[in-house]
Amino acid sequence: MELMAVAWAYWHQFFFIIFAGSAVGFGCGVLISQNIVRMAFYLVLSLGSTAGLFFLAGAEFVGAMQLMIYVGGTMVLLIFGVMLTAQKDFVNMKTHTHDWILATVVGGSLLMVLLFAAFGSEDWRSPQDPTDAHVVDTKAATPLGLALTGVRVDKLDDTNDKLNQGKSGYLMPFIIISVHLLVVLIGAAYMARTKKLSHATGLRSSRARLSVFKMEEEDEVLEEEKYVVLRKDKQAKNPLDTNDNNTENPDED
Amino acid sequence: MLLFATVSVSWYLAVGAILFVLGAVCMATKRNLLGVLMGVELVLNGANINFIAFGSRLLRSEGDTLGLDGQLIALFVIVLAAAEAAVALAIALNFYNNHSTIDIDRANELKG
Repeated sequence: MELMAVAWAYWHQFFFIIFAGSAVGFGCGVLISQNIVRMAFYLVLSLGSTAGLFFLAGAEFVGAMQLMIYVGGTMVLLIFGVMLTAQKDFVNMKTHTHDWILATVVGGSLLMVLLFAAFGSEDWRSPQDPTDAHVVDTKAATPLGLALTGVRVDKLDDTNDKLNQGKSGYLMPFIIISVHLLVVLIGAAYMARTKKLSHATGLRSSRARLSVFKMEEEDEVLEEEKYVVLRKDKQAKNPLDTNDNNTENPDED
Repeated sequence: MLLFATVSVSWYLAVGAILFVLGAVCMATKRNLLGVLMGVELVLNGANINFIAFGSRLLRSEGDTLGLDGQLIALFVIVLAAAEAAVALAIALNFYNNHSTIDIDRANELKG
């Protein structure tokens, strides 16, 4: 009961500590865990807590986008990647001990520098007086959308001429990033597609098919290669291809 | 005690710095290619927290805040991270299909 009263009076600090703690804690989980599936799960929780921090800072639209794009989209992509590649040897991959030592030393010193910078400035350290915060309207979705289409409604009363020149908003970066995303997604789909070689014919293509096959069953391939070498002079059809209606196929057994 | 102090920008910067360092160390130590990708995601998130903190009207006074610019740049970073994850994942799958491994210590064919 007492905890609830404290949380009511200091709800901002309370939720900040909860969200920041879980973001950092699950971030540590990503770093420490050796299991790739658990790492993906911890990363989902860490990104979700970061979205909570965004809500607390008054950026509710960015927080919602973080949940939708990062947690909803990117993480599904990443987890699919984990599932496609998490074979027996690659689920748990141990980091070498000397890598751990070196990374801890370098990361720790980097963290010291960054924390020193974060708390070094008096301007950043001193919190804003909540009484003179004149937050008239915290809904950011409409100004954000208008800024993306080129209108800065939040800076209409700006009297500085130099700043007024740059008030065209973010239309140009928005278009660039849209085309960039389209190109990237097409390129990624092209790059990650399954290689189909069914249209190819002839001895060379059967070689290619065998090399694809080699990844799956190593010892079967040895037999097939022997077969191809034996039948090379007779312009053999590839025995792996069941679509070919080669009636004179001798190895039906 | 921490609970009775008022939240300032420095707190957000500290969380961003910790996430950044965790991501950087993750990128350096993981041997799984997808683990390196997750480190990149953590680093981008740490940067995003800084943008949001400096753009917040609740944490900075009206003259000092980045305002909407901070949130817009955070949105762009999120979109860029999604694009980066898609491409890197396609490369990872291609690498896995060609080499039957996801260990980046064995990805040394381009070594000069």
